[in-house]
Amino acid sequence: MFSSLSYNKQKTIVIVSFLLIPLILLATFTYYPAVKLIYYSFTNWDGYSPEKPWVGLDNYKEVFSNPDIFKVFEHNFAYFVMGIIQNIIAIYFAVVLNSKLRGRNLFRILLFLPYIMNGVAVAFMFGYVFDTTNGSLNLFLNSLGLTSLGETSWLGTDGLVNYSLASTGLWRFMGYNMVIYIASLQAIPRDLYEAAKIDGANSWQTLWKITLPNMKPVIQLNLFLTVTGALEVFDLPFVLTKGGPAGASETYVQRVVDTAFAYNNYGLASAMSVVLLGFVVIVLAVQQFVLSRGGNK
Amino acid sequence: MKPSRFRVQDLIKYITLLIGVFVVFFPPYVVIVNAFKSKDEFNASSSISLPHSFFNFENFNIVFERGGLLSGFGNILVIIVVSLALNILFGTMVAYALGRFSFKLKPVVFGAYLIATIIPSITTQVATFGIIKGMGLYNTLAAPIVLYIGADVIQIILYLQFIRNIPYDLDESAMVEGASLFKIYRSIIFPLLTPATATLVILKTISIYNDMYIPYLYMPKQSLGVVTTVLMRFQGVNTADWNLICAAILLILLPTVILYIFLQRYIFEGVTSGAVK
Repeated sequence: MFSSLSYNKQKTIVIVSFLLIPLILLATFTYYPAVKLIYYSFTNWDGYSPEKPWVGLDNYKEVFSNPDIFKVFEHNFAYFVMGIIQNIIAIYFAVVLNSKLRGRNLFRILLFLPYIMNGVAVAFMFGYVFDTTNGSLNLFLNSLGLTSLGETSWLGTDGLVNYSLASTGLWRFMGYNMVIYIASLQAIPRDLYEAAKIDGANSWQTLWKITLPNMKPVIQLNLFLTVTGALEVFDLPFVLTKGGPAGASETYVQRVVDTAFAYNNYGLASAMSVVLLGFVVIVLAVQQFVLSRGGNK
Repeated sequence: MKPSRFRVQDLIKYITLLIGVFVVFFPPYVVIVNAFKSKDEFNASSSISLPHSFFNFENFNIVFERGGLLSGFGNILVIIVVSLALNILFGTMVAYALGRFSFKLKPVVFGAYLIATIIPSITTQVATFGIIKGMGLYNTLAAPIVLYIGADVIQIILYLQFIRNIPYDLDESAMVEGASLFKIYRSIIFPLLTPATATLVILKTISIYNDMYIPYLYMPKQSLGVVTTVLMRFQGVNTADWNLICAAILLILLPTVILYIFLQRYIFEGVTSGAVK
């Protein structure tokens, strides 16, 4: 019956019927929440009352003037720092595993393993590793003779806790970056290396003059992912430290969730979300700009 | 270049690789050895020593009995299967409609999907929460399912990229033979999108199995626990019993690790094609 219609009519039916449900879903769960979020951000709604009193820009003023809110980003900064280190390690291992080396496939499989592990399970696993008195990290450090280091409270010290948590992220995602870097290395044409060899370049020169420049777009992409990832950290500190000690490891998203669901301040939480969304969009816009400029060269 | 320098280089490579492997395996090692220790044995021994026996499954039995792990596995399986099936169906449909035909509103629809990729769903949860509640989906398995389908558009982008590489000649010759457009979708496009589907299945299975935020926020009900929330509750009740928690961690890590061992080649391919886009 359907096949007896003209292709033009079929085309209309396919376009409408194939797009209808997906577009309703997209509108309901991506765009409608975004619009509502912006609306809430101008109210001081408590999450349940029927009225949503309009307060204008008050919530935004609060976000930008209350030092407590922006200070939380200092905690997110640790994830950015560790993310950079994570990328450097990943590039190193990618270059190593892309060279002629026995067992390189096995090493790749082993180093990537943490990525597929369940995040909550990994968080608790590190909770045990980092434990001050029974923790295996301190036990290990002590057995190496580093007794002064072996008494560190990895999750209980103010400045340190975020770096401990972020290093868990490094542990989990380094292999992911590495696999992407390996793929980009394998896309570099072989003859570039052969030409360099003929010209008498040593392996250090080859690395700096051929390998790294050719990896540039992928490195940039990963660095931008690191920035947005650091802005959006949530589950790790939430599971492992609940933001403690005394809020020292609270991240921005966790603060948003608490503001909305624990303190019923949906208006302020929405404004905080809009600000975060704005940051992410800015980072991605810069990324598009940088990447497209790199492509035109 | 002298051969001896090569050997030093290789030695450095192997040493750093072994350090890397040690760092990767140290935490799981600790979890594995302690998961097999009884409470007394755990208290008396060092946390990095081997257990008396690797056949002491008592902790695992306790986790299954007390933790509700089975229903956690069951719930996450239902969520993964249903969301994947709908993701594949809707993703291929959108890719076919957008990738094969031109129509007036196409740039708008296309743009709507592209802009959606830059809105991280984690930032809009405060508003999404009210929508899910308003639809009566709060505390049902449907809440995560609709969010994994509606709020994540990676599958659309993936399929749209892939359908470009399927030659349009195939559609044309089928049309010459009088096949309907629906038949072309079903018997040509859908099967030829299989590599993209495989990537999607791998990426989404990992991300849904590992997600904590959505189940935690939308399904606090005890009976609707998934692996992540079940583990969080179990840890909350048994804070001091690290040997039990280690057993629970191990049981939750096992399924993806087993999948990884068998499917590692496809997982590498999926991760790289998903990232490079």
